[in-house]
Amino acid sequence: MPANPPGAPGVAARVRRWSRSFMRGRKPETLPVRLDRRRIYIVPTRAGLGYALLLVTMLAGALNYQNNAALLLTCMLGAALAASMLLTWRELHDLTLRSLHAEHAFCDMRLPLQLAFTDDHRNRQGLSIAVDELEQPCPLRPGASRASVTVATDRRGWMAVPRMRVSSTLPFGLFRAWGWITPAQNVLVYPRLLADSKPPARNDDPNERIVGGDEFAGLRDYHAGDPIRHVAWKASARHDHLLVREFDHAAPGQPLRFDWDALTGIDRETRISRLAGWVCDAYTAAHPWILVLEDHRALGPASDAAHYHRCLAALAELP
Amino acid sequence: MKRQHAPPGTRVIASTLGALPFNLLCLTVLCVLAAHAPHLPAWYTAMLAAILAARWWQRRHHPRRVQAWLRIVMLVAVPLVVVAVYGSPFGREAGAAIVCGLLVVKVLESESTRDARMTVGFACFILMSALLFDQSLGFTVVVGLMLLPVLATLRALEPGPPGFGWRAALQPGSVLLAASLPAALLGFLLIPRLATPLWGAPDNGAARTGISDRMAPGDIQSLLTDNAVAMRIGFDGAPPPADQRYFRGMLLWEFNGRAWLPGIAARRPWPPAPVDVRGPLIRYDVTLLASHQHWMFALDVPIDTPEGARMGADHTLYSTRPINQTLRYRVDSATDYRLDPEGLAAGIRAAALELPDGFDPRARALAARWRAQAGGSDVAIVRDALNLFHDGGFAYNLDAPPLGRDSIDDFLFDTKTGFCEHYASAFTFLMRAAGIPARVVVGYQGGYWNDFAHYLLIRQANAHAWSEVWLAGRGWVRVDPTASVSKVELANTGGATDGFDAGGSDWWLPWQNRLDIVNRWWGQSVVGFDDIKQSRLFHPFGIEHATAQMLGIALAIVVFLALGLGALLASLRPRTRPRDALAAAQTRLQRKLARLGIVRGNAEGPHDFYLRSADELPESASTLRELSTEYLVLRYATLEPPPERIRGFVQRVRNFHPRRVVK
Repeated sequence: MPANPPGAPGVAARVRRWSRSFMRGRKPETLPVRLDRRRIYIVPTRAGLGYALLLVTMLAGALNYQNNAALLLTCMLGAALAASMLLTWRELHDLTLRSLHAEHAFCDMRLPLQLAFTDDHRNRQGLSIAVDELEQPCPLRPGASRASVTVATDRRGWMAVPRMRVSSTLPFGLFRAWGWITPAQNVLVYPRLLADSKPPARNDDPNERIVGGDEFAGLRDYHAGDPIRHVAWKASARHDHLLVREFDHAAPGQPLRFDWDALTGIDRETRISRLAGWVCDAYTAAHPWILVLEDHRALGPASDAAHYHRCLAALAELP
Repeated sequence: MKRQHAPPGTRVIASTLGALPFNLLCLTVLCVLAAHAPHLPAWYTAMLAAILAARWWQRRHHPRRVQAWLRIVMLVAVPLVVVAVYGSPFGREAGAAIVCGLLVVKVLESESTRDARMTVGFACFILMSALLFDQSLGFTVVVGLMLLPVLATLRALEPGPPGFGWRAALQPGSVLLAASLPAALLGFLLIPRLATPLWGAPDNGAARTGISDRMAPGDIQSLLTDNAVAMRIGFDGAPPPADQRYFRGMLLWEFNGRAWLPGIAARRPWPPAPVDVRGPLIRYDVTLLASHQHWMFALDVPIDTPEGARMGADHTLYSTRPINQTLRYRVDSATDYRLDPEGLAAGIRAAALELPDGFDPRARALAARWRAQAGGSDVAIVRDALNLFHDGGFAYNLDAPPLGRDSIDDFLFDTKTGFCEHYASAFTFLMRAAGIPARVVVGYQGGYWNDFAHYLLIRQANAHAWSEVWLAGRGWVRVDPTASVSKVELANTGGATDGFDAGGSDWWLPWQNRLDIVNRWWGQSVVGFDDIKQSRLFHPFGIEHATAQMLGIALAIVVFLALGLGALLASLRPRTRPRDALAAAQTRLQRKLARLGIVRGNAEGPHDFYLRSADELPESASTLRELSTEYLVLRYATLEPPPERIRGFVQRVRNFHPRRVVK
């Protein structure tokens, strides 16, 4: 190990410190996160570069024509536009993300995040937060220091909140200041809903059925997961796709039973999606239901929001 | 369009322009048109303003671009109209007219944020070009204020709070302009000036102002009503008395029957005529505003020649380069002198007596009669002529009637009305006809003496023409025939003095004269701040000659310091942070309880403390429990408590008066 004189850190340490400061905001941090001056970046926008060119042209013209009044005007405009950089920077300076609250979203939908910033009684009208490449304006005012952004989701389960870029181009759109915030927080994404998850099917095994009459109600298109026994073969022969027989529901009050084991012949994710879809429908119809999971753990019966979220969370967390 | 497919990571700009930014954009363009109005034809400015107004109305009702064909027609029409008016698309006025027209066409197609930003940038440049026409203090301030709508438009293009209006849009621009003014001024001082222009002759085709190099009846007339400043003169000692303030510009020798022209004076570079100075010299410095001419005006007879000038045979000063910028020079002049007293050279004498044949027979006859009466006395003839102007029914009037072919005859015997040109012209003609060498002098006379700042202000309205006659033994003698005229008709003189103290015809002029001290400072310190003055900038710091490199370094330091100071100011937290009303109310409540001896312990949470208090004060127990719950809810269970609820809590704490009942 090379002997460094005390007080003079080695090159490696310096590089490490530099990279740490450079990476600040890129590694997950626990909230609250404050954007201090070391982590605000600022560059001119394309319009800003255009105006810089304009100022150079004006300067050259005023100097060439030895016109001091024009030069004074150019200096005033240039100084004001350059000083606008400080206002842009001030938009972000000291911005503190205090807490983050995730709402719920099904996979492939955008997940709303409620961001609460510390109210420091400042106007930050131009704030915009980019999460996974989508810019979302979220102006803050004194007394209104909360914002809402949405995050793209691509699979169910626990997901780390992605890196967010907070930026502003106020007041003149000539500079863009930005800073990175990566909250060390995970959010739960519910399973994907299939487009054709309706209507809620029932388990039709007679001896396992808890609910249900078997009065024939009509025909509908076949969806993956429908019991093969329900296929109306004769009717299907007249169409170019399969039709299944529908039966009327049981009397209200009798819980529906959504059983993992009842769904066969489809892959695991589709199964989860189908169950989630049924849970959704039952919840919308305010019909009590029981969800039986892979490990034969049964949830319910109930029909309230807590049960609904418990069921969807359980499905989301399945391995 | 490409714009619609913004690359990921960039903000998708709301591309259509809102009503507020568009209105501000129209205001900005209107300001630019106003700044250029003084030197463009009034109908042209009015036409552009009307198109702008029509566009504003159109977009208000149908927010979309003007049809392409109309824009193309305009785009073609603007240069055509300008060429039709000015004869060429080049030159200052024509160029300004074209860019103003194009700016308005640009507004016709401004529909997106990006368009608007480009239009505003274009407007900034055109706004600056207005200063090429007029650098006066007042105009510069007006143009500077026009930056406010420019910055307000840029601000309005960015998102704003609900109810965002023009007042809020103006705010950042005005704050930034005011805050960055010191830095702008330092930048102005330190940006290295060019000693020679990088390209082009900037004043090609510039309008000539002031006195021209010929004199025909009516030439000076427009000048005499022009209150623009011509020059300012500071004297080392006392100023010459008012009747001696004759500033000679050029001499006119040749008369062609209609106009007086420089003649030999301009053609033959003879050495300056000998001058016999009698009295003390007057030393003074002249600040001559750009005239785009060569004449350098000097009091009476200048003795020495300033740098960059030539002295003519007749002791007039002539700049070797056209005076395209404010020029300062120092001269010594004699007011008591004998100019060329020894006798005229034959060529000069012939030129000073030459008259065109076949003009003005009656004037010639009059002069011959005078000569016959006076015999050899030239002075008597001069007196005869002045008496004629004094008693012959002549009147001074700027509204002189037109003259025919024999202009001198018409004036002397028919109209008898005119101003300095007519009198100087007729007098010189009469003298020559009588055999006395004579010439016309054009320059300035009079002026306003500013007693506070000790300088003489000469306006264009002080332009004057008079004569010089050569008398044996005395040389060239100044004769001002206009001063002999007794009857002054001030109708339509519009404040012109022309040797007369007209007075009272323009109530505003005296104030202008007094306020001119500011203009003088502006002209000398700001407009006249050139590379030479700049090189003396660091004189107080012991640096004799500041090079461009030094100025550049100083400029860099200033920019660095300004940005640093700005960053420091910007990072300050708002000074008046609203205090935490909830905490204050809670402190107040605890103080009230402490007065009864119930003190909150260091490790005691609010919940426990209020429960304990409730136990100790059974009368107030229910109120205390309610307050406690409300506080806990507001403080810990609500992310952003509604202000009215906090106010309610504060009110309840204020109205809470606990009593300890002593049993």
